Amino acid sequence: MKSTVKKENKLIKFLNSKKVVPYIFVLPFILSFSVLTLYPAIQAVVMSFQRILPGQVEFIGLANYRRLMNPVFYRAFRNTLLYTFFTLLVLIPVPMILAVFLNSKIVKFKTILRSALFIPSLTSVVVAGLIFRLIFAESGASIANQFIGLFGIDPIVWTTQSWSAIFLMVLLASWRWMGVNVLYFLAGLQSIPDEMYESADIDGANVFDKFRHITVPFLKSVTIFVTTISIIGGFRVFAESYVFWGASSPGNIATTLVSYLYQQGIQRNDMGFGAAVGVVVLIIIFLVSLIYLILTGAFKKETR
Amino acid sequence: MTNKNRKIVSIVLTTIIAIIGFISLFPLIALIISSFRPAVELIRNGITLNIDLENFSLTNYEYLFTEAAQYWRWYGNSLIVTILTVVLSLFFSSMVGYALGVYDFKGSGIIFLCVLLTMMIPFEIMMLPLYKLIVNLGLINTYTGIILPSIVAVNAVFFFRQFATGLPTELMDAARIDGSTEYGIFFKIMVPIMKPSFGAMTILLGLNTWNNFLWPLLVIRSNDLFTLPIGLQSLVSPYESNYNVLISGAVLSVLPIVVLFILFQKYFVSGLTAGGVKG
Repeated sequence: MKSTVKKENKLIKFLNSKKVVPYIFVLPFILSFSVLTLYPAIQAVVMSFQRILPGQVEFIGLANYRRLMNPVFYRAFRNTLLYTFFTLLVLIPVPMILAVFLNSKIVKFKTILRSALFIPSLTSVVVAGLIFRLIFAESGASIANQFIGLFGIDPIVWTTQSWSAIFLMVLLASWRWMGVNVLYFLAGLQSIPDEMYESADIDGANVFDKFRHITVPFLKSVTIFVTTISIIGGFRVFAESYVFWGASSPGNIATTLVSYLYQQGIQRNDMGFGAAVGVVVLIIIFLVSLIYLILTGAFKKETR
Repeated sequence: MTNKNRKIVSIVLTTIIAIIGFISLFPLIALIISSFRPAVELIRNGITLNIDLENFSLTNYEYLFTEAAQYWRWYGNSLIVTILTVVLSLFFSSMVGYALGVYDFKGSGIIFLCVLLTMMIPFEIMMLPLYKLIVNLGLINTYTGIILPSIVAVNAVFFFRQFATGLPTELMDAARIDGSTEYGIFFKIMVPIMKPSFGAMTILLGLNTWNNFLWPLLVIRSNDLFTLPIGLQSLVSPYESNYNVLISGAVLSVLPIVVLFILFQKYFVSGLTAGGVKG
């Protein structure tokens, strides 16, 4: 009896000792990281070299990667690039300018506008997709077709043209993420000291000068950050395509890299091949992140 | 500039901003208005500018509340998954973040690096191997399968760690002298101080889980287990004619979030910019 009580006390003392406690605290992460992050990450690469059938896994070297060189994959790559490019075009300059407006002292109702811009990001991509599907419905009475009708253009079937497919996805993403990017730029703007603008005023600078020579340089690091996460977000695009077209669009006008991954890896259950698509996306994102780290000087040696 | 010029510029800019705000809210307003139009019209014409106040119709909502039992099952699933995920994730993520921020122990640097690395890996890359793992564990189509990957949320760990580096560690020594365990210090002293971070993370985790689409899409197989986004998306198809449930159901899935946002704006803003990643 006495020896078990002694053993329990020892265990409790051990678990409570200042040396051990931190490890107990982080244990959930260590477990979760090993099983749900590290292992799948390694598998993501390993699987790309395999053919995976129920009950049987076979190493096939670079065969999956050779299969990647097909028109659908190239189309998916092209669509993803276009999507990323256009979302960057919209979601960097526009939020920056809006943030400047929202930061200025002569604009009223700033909080309300900030909220109005932010609320779209509260919707799920499914609900957002539904709204835009309906606004851009093919009937002549839909808002989109009524709008282009004002310019004398006939109703368009928005979901079957290559250009409008990219347009819809970019529009959807822009609507949902405008507010979040505005917030990032606002945070960056608030770090600019007022004295800079005041001394520029004394020197007689006008609004555009001040923007170009004070605001933009000061926003450099925020801009690089937002650009990087936008590029990464662009290459991850899937739901924006799925909510309009599911996993397959007519003529692959809206197939993205991840749509292709989903289509092949989950729907066709060809997980090795899907993993190969995944590795390509991973390499691209890794390179983008590397460029980001270099640009922000993570590798620069400290100057003394 | 002169006072008069200032006033003019102010009015012009404010008007531009108001227009932009309206454009931003327009799609949601259109959704709400359309939910009061007969579903047949939506299927045929999509969302139109036909704000015919005469034909204001509650039929979609009537149907939703009387016949659409499936929808409410989805709502319940989303509630269960969201609440479980938030509670579990807050519990575990705060523990890890707290320890990383407050204790200086061997390996804490490496562990934090692993947290950062995990934040950088996009979910889409992991989804196939994670899916295979969940299949092998027999957790496909279960609540556990949906929730498991989210239990230790690295964004929240990061956020809690940052917050924890600013905690008053002097309190810890006093508490130790009083005989408190390290765990006691965390739960009884530090957690109350960390309340703002818990608020922000509740919002971040709650919102992301409620709206989560990709992982539930992979893991859920049966209609009864669908969460709201998956369920609603399943109604969107050229062949189905459940637009009455779809449109009213969509409104009801967004409404609680918007209401919560208006009430807890501060936490939304801090939580979501901490989240960082588009998801």
